Amino acid sequence: MNWTIDDTWIVIIGAMCAVACALPGCFLVLRRMSMMGDAISHAVLPGLAAGFLLTGSRASLVMFIGAGVVGVLTAVFTQWVSKFGKVDRGAAMGIVFTTLFAIGLIMIRQAADDVDLDAGCVLYGAIELTILEQPVRIGAFAIPPAALMIGSVLIANLLIIMLLFKEFRISSFDPALATTVGINANLMHYLLMTMVAITTVAAFEAVGSIIVIAMLIVPPATAFLLTHRLSVMLVFSVVIGVISSILGHMGALSVPLLFGLKGTVTSGMMAAVAGGLFFLAWILGPEGLLTTRVRGNREIEKPGSVPAGETG
Amino acid sequence: MWADRSAIILRRVILVILLLGAESASGGQVDWPEAGLVWKVFTLQDYNTRQVVISTILLGVTAGLVGTFLLLRRRSLMGDALSHATFPGIGAAFVVMILLGGTGRSLPGLLVGASVTGLLGVLLVMAIRNTTRLKDDAAMGIVLSVFFGVGVALIQMVKDMPQAGPAGLNDFIYGTAASMIHSDFLLILVVAIGTCLVSLLLLKELTLLCFDESFAASQGWPTVRLDIALLTLVTAVTVIGLQAVGLVLIIAFLITPATAARFWTQRLGWMLTLSAIIGGVSGWLGASLSALVRDLPTGAVIVLVAAAIFLLSMLFGCGRGVVPRGLRHARLRRKVGRQHLLRAVYEIVESGQPDVAEPVRNLPVTFDALLAHRSWSAAQVGGLLRTARAEDHLENTEPGSVRLSEAGFGEASRVTRNHRLWELYLIRYADIAPSHVDRDADLVEHVLDAEVVSQLESELQDRPSSLEVPPSPHFINQPSPEIS
Amino acid sequence: MKPFVDPPVIPVDGRPEHPDNLPLSIHDLTVAYHRKPVIWDIELNIPEGKLVGVVGPNGAGKSTLLKACLDLVPKTSGEVKIYGESYKKQRSLIGYVPQRESVDWDFPVSALDVVAMGTYRKIGWFKWVGKAQKKLAREALERVGIGHLGDRQISQLSGGQQQRVFLARALAQDAKVYFMDEPFAAVDAATEQAIVALLKELNKAGKTCLVVHHDLATVKRYFDWLVLLNMRVVASGPTAEIFTKDNLQKTYGGKLSLLDDVAEALRHVGR
Repeated sequence: MNWTIDDTWIVIIGAMCAVACALPGCFLVLRRMSMMGDAISHAVLPGLAAGFLLTGSRASLVMFIGAGVVGVLTAVFTQWVSKFGKVDRGAAMGIVFTTLFAIGLIMIRQAADDVDLDAGCVLYGAIELTILEQPVRIGAFAIPPAALMIGSVLIANLLIIMLLFKEFRISSFDPALATTVGINANLMHYLLMTMVAITTVAAFEAVGSIIVIAMLIVPPATAFLLTHRLSVMLVFSVVIGVISSILGHMGALSVPLLFGLKGTVTSGMMAAVAGGLFFLAWILGPEGLLTTRVRGNREIEKPGSVPAGETG
Repeated sequence: MWADRSAIILRRVILVILLLGAESASGGQVDWPEAGLVWKVFTLQDYNTRQVVISTILLGVTAGLVGTFLLLRRRSLMGDALSHATFPGIGAAFVVMILLGGTGRSLPGLLVGASVTGLLGVLLVMAIRNTTRLKDDAAMGIVLSVFFGVGVALIQMVKDMPQAGPAGLNDFIYGTAASMIHSDFLLILVVAIGTCLVSLLLLKELTLLCFDESFAASQGWPTVRLDIALLTLVTAVTVIGLQAVGLVLIIAFLITPATAARFWTQRLGWMLTLSAIIGGVSGWLGASLSALVRDLPTGAVIVLVAAAIFLLSMLFGCGRGVVPRGLRHARLRRKVGRQHLLRAVYEIVESGQPDVAEPVRNLPVTFDALLAHRSWSAAQVGGLLRTARAEDHLENTEPGSVRLSEAGFGEASRVTRNHRLWELYLIRYADIAPSHVDRDADLVEHVLDAEVVSQLESELQDRPSSLEVPPSPHFINQPSPEIS
Repeated sequence: MKPFVDPPVIPVDGRPEHPDNLPLSIHDLTVAYHRKPVIWDIELNIPEGKLVGVVGPNGAGKSTLLKACLDLVPKTSGEVKIYGESYKKQRSLIGYVPQRESVDWDFPVSALDVVAMGTYRKIGWFKWVGKAQKKLAREALERVGIGHLGDRQISQLSGGQQQRVFLARALAQDAKVYFMDEPFAAVDAATEQAIVALLKELNKAGKTCLVVHHDLATVKRYFDWLVLLNMRVVASGPTAEIFTKDNLQKTYGGKLSLLDDVAEALRHVGR
């Protein structure tokens, strides 16, 4: 394995991506809306395609805005279908995102002759290629443009979560209570959706939507198994995201060599590593399968000595 | 002669509709093949496309049936997790087949691999949900993204294998209606028909599972195994749909027809039938269109056809559609408003009468008295009065006051009578404090039918005969005294 | 009335005896969710042909007790016998009325379809519902007084009518022992009367009914056997003997918020 400065950059970009996703992802998991990340990251396709067709460039503001708008629209349409049509939320989400994705797919295929936008790269991205682009010079540093892009989204997400931590927490646990203390739970919902949509678009540009889907859910879910406290969960999920990025890239470089093959995509490997970490937490975590098996039923807190009449 | 002519006309109409649809979908740059070919493709007479179209129709019917149960079990997105979880199986099967000395491109082999990891993924979702604090959604998200990630890594790894060549495994992500070899067609045919048969055989069991799991368990049905059976059926549909529709969009094929069907009917039997038809039609139109027009991906067109049917169903479905429901609601609101107005006039007249024993006479009522009687705005009263006038319930009097017509007065006494009967019924039987009665009665009396009214009358035997109005059991328009 | 004495439990090699003339006999039953016990050390014997009320404060584990009897929740320890045999063997003898909120009433089936579900086990695998079962279901609907509503979609029924549909489904099961989870919860007065009449009718036919109940005021009128439950069995026996101030205070003692209810109930006890 030949580690170069490029590999360092790939890991940094991957880690920033993972962290940018894990932060809003924690709240998605807590709100039981994990699949919204999947839905939005698929549904932004027509927005991306439209922005791309209009400007002809892959890193334009128009594309960014287009995808962001479509991402939020996904949340809005899902809400409408489930409210007005009395359709189960999951089904509403499924119908909305597949329809939008289908529209995007047709747009891309129809325009395939004129432009260089491959549907495949929307999914896996090409994190390895991001470092080939002309770096941006800031002082003495040469920074790949993708790192700048994802870095700014990361900072934005971090700021929003830090500033609105209290509001996010309360509206995730108890929307009704949030409303009574003057927090617009609906507004928080759409803010979260916007964050997910923007992060998706930024990450698509750099690394492909598979990383987004995985990093939105897997690190927060793993952290959720390890702690009961929201602040700790946020920190854990960030750490898990960073580890996934490092081990993922190393795995992408080294694992195929074991079989005499050239190498594979970092994005897929990152998801696989995150999955492995989740598996470990599932089995060995404080409430893991093995942990509870070892402890057995001894811990049933049976207050046997208390007369039945006095419990309550 | 007539048959020929009508066939030609039908042909032209269909052509125009299809052309319009495709034009708007693709920005007007469609190179249409000649009309004869279009006709042949849509009527399954074109040899090259027939297999693809037939298989997508069957796929649609099967997905419609199985998807209905998936929807009713509230597991819609499970289909999404499942379809993504098939991806590493495709990669693994490809590697295994190459290592065994094959080309790695045999569809049955790839689909077996897809089924194995698909089912594994679904079982993992169930295991995560049952053994951790995480809920359904997180479990599905984890399996979906991790399995898909592993699949991507695996396929990107093996695509450079010396024996592999261009395998086109990525086609399974978005689907393609590339010409299908005959053995693949037969495979899809057999699996689809088998899946339909099994889901019909298990109709009763799956219905019970979806409706009332704990009752099913108490009767001794193996609910976990039934759940797995349902998900196996979903896996079968997913796997045979992978080639044509692709793994991202197959979930739409499963749930969109079922959800659309739900708007039209309240019966499971009809829902299954309709869902199968909608699925079949989507498959037929989608596959035919994409076979005719260049660069139109099959899966996407099928999904858009299904989505269009869904949108129409959601708006106009006669069972639960938005527009019919809105109309019903508006009708009820009008009825309630009319009854409130009539009763208000009646009560004002009644309270203005010095002798309670006298029958109530039809006297004019001032506009201000109406306004004060209920918490109405002037605009609301105006609207109600206009409607009442249109229904001939009002007579013309001097401005600023209102007088009921003969018919209106009869209606007013009937409405007031029902209302008071209901109040009495509530007081008598439900131990509700009289001061709370008014609100409930206002809501409920509008759905009372004649049968209930007569039942109420017979239960309240001491009430006078039907045309007279019993006196109000609580004091109108006054704070009710505490009765305990 | 001669006071009923629990049949003596004779340990044979440490195993309790479950007399096969008892419709329900529970020994050492403990159920825990996430290592927190919900009910524990339950010992209970119910004689045949009784109308049994299971009463206790919220969170006392009434529903859990029922579900544990029906194998719907895993038991941490203990055993439940129906007429001396395990639940698995005696399934055909049992009718179950779950809580009304436990299902989605928007489901696209008619009242008759739901009632016919009671016959599914007898139909067996793969066969569809036939004419005979439909007839049976219609009769069960008639018995609960809503025979004319058979073709209605279930969401178009009132709460009380939905509850009656569930009762009719249990009737269609044609059981010997009925387990009912809060059948009186949020129903109208007419339905409550209909349910009581039905219970008495089943009682007369020699069936045993276990009913989770929450309204202390009606306990005495509705049930001839009572199980007072607060995570453990506080008392079990004929209502006339068990429904005492002392026992109720033992059951509800800690629940301050419920004291008013208890006081109200005690007024009905008449002491």
